[in-house]
Amino acid sequence: MSCAETIAAYAFRSLGYGERLLPRTDFTLCQQFTLIGSGMIWNIYFGVLALLIGFFIATAVAIGKASPRKAFRKPAEWFIFIFRGSPLFIQFFFAYFLFLSLKGVSPIFNPLTSATFGALIVLILNTAAYSGEIFYGALQSIPKGDIEAADAYGMTGWARFKRVMWPTMLRLAWPAYTNEAIFLFHATALVFFAGFPASQQKGDALYYANYFADKTFNPFVPYPILAGYFIIVTLCVIGLFGLVNRRLNRHLPATGYKKLKIRPQLLR
Amino acid sequence: MNMYDAFGTVLLLLAITAPLAMVFGFGGAVAARSRIAPLRWIGKTYMAIVRGIPDIVFFLFFVIALDQAFEYLRHKWKCPEWTEPIRQGNDFIVCQAAKLPLGNAPQWIHEVYGFSLAILTFAIVFGAFAGNVLFGAMQAVPRAQIETAEAYGFSPRQTFRRVIVPQMWVFALPGLSNLWMVLIKATPLLFLLGVEDIVYWARELGGSKQPQFTDYPHPDWRMWYFGALLIFYLLFTRVSEIVLDRIMGKLTHGQATAAGEAQRKAAA
Repeated sequence: MSCAETIAAYAFRSLGYGERLLPRTDFTLCQQFTLIGSGMIWNIYFGVLALLIGFFIATAVAIGKASPRKAFRKPAEWFIFIFRGSPLFIQFFFAYFLFLSLKGVSPIFNPLTSATFGALIVLILNTAAYSGEIFYGALQSIPKGDIEAADAYGMTGWARFKRVMWPTMLRLAWPAYTNEAIFLFHATALVFFAGFPASQQKGDALYYANYFADKTFNPFVPYPILAGYFIIVTLCVIGLFGLVNRRLNRHLPATGYKKLKIRPQLLR
Repeated sequence: MNMYDAFGTVLLLLAITAPLAMVFGFGGAVAARSRIAPLRWIGKTYMAIVRGIPDIVFFLFFVIALDQAFEYLRHKWKCPEWTEPIRQGNDFIVCQAAKLPLGNAPQWIHEVYGFSLAILTFAIVFGAFAGNVLFGAMQAVPRAQIETAEAYGFSPRQTFRRVIVPQMWVFALPGLSNLWMVLIKATPLLFLLGVEDIVYWARELGGSKQPQFTDYPHPDWRMWYFGALLIFYLLFTRVSEIVLDRIMGKLTHGQATAAGEAQRKAAA
């Protein structure tokens, strides 16, 4: 099989299209690149959707935690503590078995036991907790003068939040939020390793990398390929978030804004 | 009973890995600020290579890679007359005497060997992170302190031992405590390394279908087992937070930092 044929057969294997059987013998580099790359589709799917949806929940959580009212503050604090204080790995397991038992209650919960939705929910909540904490920190460090200026203009409530506090919060939180995004993409690699089964061998990049490493007893090829893919994704995230950072800081004098300092976090 | 032993396994792993990772990290940090270029490159590469790649990849990669590296070295040493290639297609073959652990070794040796491989893997990965933190901390020691040491005629080695190392801990502690939290949260990954840890037992005991556990006449309790693990980790994180806060208070005492100054003023 030539390389072009391999790509045609396996490029969308992780979604269930193309060749049904995974290669079993005579593994070529091309196969490994194609299949692991195909698995990256899942990592990107989880990462992008969790970030998009998690962003809004995180904003709500941060506002809740900063609220003077106990009824809002306590739930937000607990939410953040639970998701930041326990391993994501255990969260995945717990959620999977929780969804399994919910399935027995009512068939409405059926889709939740698949990685597509169940793992996505866990990732969304997880990133919401981590970014919620980041946003909360930023909300606390909004310069006092900004809020006073908004008050002086007679802005209150929603207008003051939308026009003054929210943009400043984002601007302050952005470098840390970039790290969180990178770190979330890394966390997506855990999905198929914790509980959630890969049906019909439709797995993510790590799933295929692990498959090749198991079959060939040679970890020195698939894992570096996987690492390469993740580095590309990380660079893309840094690039995109850097653009947003430029836009968020566009009103400041050119030397005034802090350059994005990328310090990827480790593991959750 | 095995389930309780597994908690011990996790605690043992933490107790051994933390100091070992500190040693690796310290070595990395010292190498990275060495005046000899190749040593500096090694240190920097070691710390840099862990960034941008999900650590779960490292955990999967290192265990096989280390195992093969050890067996390869022993193979070279024990069976020099062996002529066949070690990599035959997809197989990794070493002579019988070089097998690790030996084929006829008792079960507990296999377990201990697997556990030490896991510890080494954790120490290498977390050593890189610790190295990063310590390197930053060494850089953060106020310049004036080092200049004073130089003015007193300390050699670079003396400056390092008597000034930089005692003072760097205040700067390193926030990073190190963060790392400790991450290390706690990474322990469930032991499960992936083939050690029978708490995740393994929660899956085994909670499940209902395993034939060897038919003595447990209960339905699927894995959800509750994982719920218990979740609470175990939450409590552990909380206790660590409290202890680390105390240590930080102790270390800040008498240091030339804002917090140390605040402490001095509060006491006066």
